[in-house]
Amino acid sequence: MKLIFERSTQGAGASTQYLPSCDVPEVRLSGKMRSRQLRLPSLPEVEVDRHYSELARNAHGVNDGFYPLGSCTMKYNPAVNEDAAALPGFTKIHPLQDDETKKGCIKLADELKKYLCEITGMDAMTLQPAAGAHGEFTGLLLIKAYHRSKGDLKRTKIIVPDSAHGTNPASASMAGFEVVSIPSDENGCVDLAALKAAVGEDTAGLMLTNPNTVGLFDPNILEITGIVHEAGGLCYYDGANLNAVMGIARPGDMGFDVVHLNLHKTFATPHGGGGPGSGPSGCKEFLRPFLPDTDDPMSIGAVRSFSGNFLVAVKAYAYLISIGAEGVPEAAKGAVLNANYMKTKLADLYPMAYDTVCMHEFVMSLEKMKHEIGVSALDVAKAMLDHGIHPPTMYFPLIVHEALMVEPTETETKETLDEAVQLLRDIHAAAYADPEKMHQLPLHTTVGRLDEVGAARNPVIRYEFEA
Amino acid sequence: MIFPKELKYSKTHEWIRFEDETTAYIGITDYAQSELGDLVFVNLPQEGDDVAMGEPFADVESVKAVSDVISPVSGTVSEVNEILADEPQMMNESPYEAWFVKVTDISEQEELMDAEAYEAFVQENN
Repeated sequence: MKLIFERSTQGAGASTQYLPSCDVPEVRLSGKMRSRQLRLPSLPEVEVDRHYSELARNAHGVNDGFYPLGSCTMKYNPAVNEDAAALPGFTKIHPLQDDETKKGCIKLADELKKYLCEITGMDAMTLQPAAGAHGEFTGLLLIKAYHRSKGDLKRTKIIVPDSAHGTNPASASMAGFEVVSIPSDENGCVDLAALKAAVGEDTAGLMLTNPNTVGLFDPNILEITGIVHEAGGLCYYDGANLNAVMGIARPGDMGFDVVHLNLHKTFATPHGGGGPGSGPSGCKEFLRPFLPDTDDPMSIGAVRSFSGNFLVAVKAYAYLISIGAEGVPEAAKGAVLNANYMKTKLADLYPMAYDTVCMHEFVMSLEKMKHEIGVSALDVAKAMLDHGIHPPTMYFPLIVHEALMVEPTETETKETLDEAVQLLRDIHAAAYADPEKMHQLPLHTTVGRLDEVGAARNPVIRYEFEA
Repeated sequence: MIFPKELKYSKTHEWIRFEDETTAYIGITDYAQSELGDLVFVNLPQEGDDVAMGEPFADVESVKAVSDVISPVSGTVSEVNEILADEPQMMNESPYEAWFVKVTDISEQEELMDAEAYEAFVQENN
């Protein structure tokens, strides 16, 4: 498709001649200001509209088809959430308005925090962080502020298992910690001996997601958080995988002191280009004074302006009150059931990285196929694109070779799961029948096989005008 | 797959070429680059940095993932092959010429394999 600049025809843009003349005197900006006109595209409104419709047709969202992208929880976002977030009482306001005039918004934020605290077993929550990694960063600043408040400056290290989401070590590093990576055991869970060897007087905390990135609930979770606490560290819960356990098990009861949530994953608000996101951070009572939006002198200070991405909070609130206290664990159970259903139906053809009952997602290893016929996880993922299914997460977690990580979520029907299973089985047969052809796929998408290496080595990141 | 005879190899797929007992060049093996796939970025240490045996000193990025490069020796980085930053494909095209760092003042080294033992090790792991 054409870029907006390529569609542009000089002078074709909207005319300003029908607007009343400006009643503010024109001021020429001088000095080091821009001296040339910005080269903005110029199109009639209908062309702009067609441009965006074309972009939409060339994208794939959860409203276009199945989207089993592991660790991303691409569940359906109910339309009623959008209705709620479009109410003028939520949109036609400004954070600097008098509190008296925005009581509804304040009440909604307070109630949402209360629900999120109840689901996570935390005592306090901030809605400021704008997305998951921002929530992690905020949580880590709480841990840092806590140790500092006790004059304990030698706690500089954050322990992260090698199966962790990449954002964990990145956030820890951004927060000024040194990252200590510990290996997973043969079941993909935390290696207790390695953890015991890693903790010490320099341990600020541990970051963990449970269930972990291979889709397993760590059976030693209480012992894990116990080991860290005993060493004087705090425990941080990465809420990316909360969808598997919400309403059933609480991070607070597992021994975690700080959490972040992804409202855009677990609580059914759009993400993956449809955002913005929201990554609230929660904590136990003893960390409350450090939260960003308190008046306490120990506060770490604001991590984002005002109340964060408030309309995302509205959508999450709408989701929670529409599914209710019974719906929360029901959603989690559905997510786990759907993952196990697909896993069981595929296990004879696609070797599973860990052959036990999984939680909300499972990881297949295509190492055998790669070895036997040279067809990789990437090839299988590309083959799925030809059939209108967004591929699973590829090559993650790093501890599994040729990984495909599948997270169907609870909002998919059995028929959709059956179709996806059949497709993966058909792809398996096609791969063994004609391995070479697999490297050419996809054939029926807007663009074919992309040159990912070329894109990374020689990225073209802005439009270059001809003249 | 190439396994040059004059090099030593680590279990984490780095090659080491000793100039003398305390000086060596380090890179990643042909097997490592073929497993990683096309490399698009490398994060190198700086001259004067200390490297520790068994600890990462650099990382390489493919379109799939970022992987640590582990130092088989303890010592000091005296030279860095900056060309790799601009031409990461060198690591794929000629892995044994694409050295990452020159390390001097080597004080300890892990148990390393010769070419034959490393080739057997790779076969076994495949």
